[in-house]
Amino acid sequence: MRPSTEPVPLQTGALSESELAKPGPIIAFENVSKSWGSNHVLKSLNFDVQPGEKVSIIGPSGSGKTTILRILMTLESPSEGLVSVDGDVLWNVAPGEKPKETRQLRQTRRKIGMVFQQFNLFPHMTALENVVEAPIHVLGMEKAEARERAADLLNLVGLSKHMNHTPPQLSGGQQQRVAIARALAMRPKVMLFDEPTSALDPELIGEVLNVIRNLAQSTDMTMLMVTHEMRFAEEISDRVVMFDHGRAVESGAPEQIFKNPLEERTRTFLRAVLQR
Amino acid sequence: MIWDNAFAVSIIPQLLQGLVVTVEITLLGTLIAALLGLALAILRRLAIPVVSQVVTFAVVFIRGTPLLVQAYCAFFVLPDYGISADAFTTGAIVIGINYSAYMAEVYRSGIQGVHIGQWEACTALGLPATRVWGRIILPQALRTVVPMLGNYLIQMFKDSAVLSAITVVELLGTAQAIGSSNFRYLEPLTIAAILFLIISYPSSRLVNRLERRYAPQH
Ligand SMILES: Nc1ncnc2c1ncn2[C@@H]1O[C@H](COP(=O)(O)OP(=O)(O)OP(=O)(O)O)[C@@H](O)[C@H]1O
Ligand SMILES: [Mg+2]
Repeated sequence: MRPSTEPVPLQTGALSESELAKPGPIIAFENVSKSWGSNHVLKSLNFDVQPGEKVSIIGPSGSGKTTILRILMTLESPSEGLVSVDGDVLWNVAPGEKPKETRQLRQTRRKIGMVFQQFNLFPHMTALENVVEAPIHVLGMEKAEARERAADLLNLVGLSKHMNHTPPQLSGGQQQRVAIARALAMRPKVMLFDEPTSALDPELIGEVLNVIRNLAQSTDMTMLMVTHEMRFAEEISDRVVMFDHGRAVESGAPEQIFKNPLEERTRTFLRAVLQR
Repeated sequence: MIWDNAFAVSIIPQLLQGLVVTVEITLLGTLIAALLGLALAILRRLAIPVVSQVVTFAVVFIRGTPLLVQAYCAFFVLPDYGISADAFTTGAIVIGINYSAYMAEVYRSGIQGVHIGQWEACTALGLPATRVWGRIILPQALRTVVPMLGNYLIQMFKDSAVLSAITVVELLGTAQAIGSSNFRYLEPLTIAAILFLIISYPSSRLVNRLERRYAPQH
C-alpha cells in the first residue's frame, strides 16, 4: 500500500506529530522483486509494518529474510518495486530499469538502524567510540553530549563497566549489546535485527535477548527482526510473518502462527525447527 | 689493485655526505610514494568512470617501464616542454611516483582485507565518506600496510642509486665521482656498498619485527 496523503482527524492524540503528518505504514514494500541472475529471491513482495509494531520474520534458510532487511538498510537494491519508509520513497525501481538511489535515500536511511548477525563493530575503537561516532559525525551532536548519551545507552545494555574496552576484549554477547547501543544512538524510528543471536555461544544468547525484549517493551520504536528464536519471537512480537521462497506465506499474531498456523508450509517449517 | 687504507679513510667524509643525500631522497621519495599511492588506491576504489581508467593506465605505464627510463625522460625530455627542476628534486619525484604505483597495490590489498561488514556498518550509520575512509577503513587497512611500506622504503633506498645517472650526487654518484677523478674505484665502491648495507640490513630486521607485530589478528 502506498502511504495515503489524506489528512488524519486530529483526535488521534496518541500519535506523534510526524506520524500525524505521515499516516499509514512506516515500512511498505510494494511489488518488490529481487533476483541474482536466475535466483529469484523476492517475488513481487507486498509487505507492510505499522508504526511501533514489533514484527518477527521467520522462515527457512535462503527464503529472502536477510534480503528484506538489507534492502531497507540500502545495503542491497531491489530489482523492481517500491519501498518506502516513514512515507518517503527509499527505492522506486520500474521493471527493467537499473536501480537508482532516490534523492531522499540518505535522509530516509537515518530513520533506520540495523543490528547485524556478525555485530560489525569497529574493532579498533572502544565501545564508547563505536557508539559516539555516528551521533557526532552524522547528527552533528556536541562531543560531550554524545558521550553522555552513549554512556547512558551502554548502561542501558548493561555495559557501563566496559565502555573503554575494544571489541576484541569483549565477549560476543557484549559485542552485540554494544552494536545495539550504537544503532540506538542514532535514535532510529525503525530497528532491524538480522538474527542478532545466531553468531553467539548458547550461554550468551540470553543477555542479548533480554536487551531486545526490554527495548520491545519499553519503546514505541518499530522493530523488524529476523530470528530463529521461536519462543522469543512469540513472546515479544505483535505479529509474525512466515517467509518461504521470497514470499510472505502467512502473517498473523504470534499465538496464531505458532499454535494454529493456517498454511501447511508454516506447519512443516515449525515442526522442523521446534523439534530441535 | 691493492687496497689503500689512507685513501679509503680520506674519502669517507665525502661518501657520508653522499649517504645523507641518499637517505634524504629515500625519505622524500617514500613520503611521495606513500601519499600518492594512497590517493591512487582510493581513486581506483571509488570507481569514477574516466578517472579509474586513467589511474589504471598510469599504474600499468609506471610499472611497465624501467625507473632509469622514467628518470631520463623527466630530467632530459621534460625540460624541453618547460618542466624542469634540479636533479635532486627531479630524482625524488620520479622515484616517488615510480614507487607510488607499487604502493597503490599494497594499499589496495590492505583495503580489500577490511571485512565487508565494516563498510556495511558505515552505511547503516550513514557515516560521511571522509569518516568512513579516515576513521574506519584506513586505520584497519594500514595495519597490514605498515611493514610492506617498510620493505619498499628499503628497496627504494637501494634503487635510488639509479638516480646517479641523472647527476644526483647521492652515495653511488659520489663514489663514481671519487673513482673517476682518482682513477681508483676499489675503495669508494667498496665503502659505498658497505654503507648501503649498514643501513639496509638493520632496517630489514626492523621491518621483519614490524611484520610480526602487525600481522593480521584472527
Ligand atoms: N550478494 C548476493 N549475491 C548472490 N546471491 C545472494 C546474495 N545475497 C543473497 N543471495 C541469495 O539470496 C537468497 C536469499 O538470501 P537471504 O540471505 O535473504 O536468505 P535468508 O532467508 O536470510 O537465509 P538464512 O536463514 O540462511 O540467513 C539465497 O539463495 C542467497 O544465496
Ligand atoms: Mg539471513
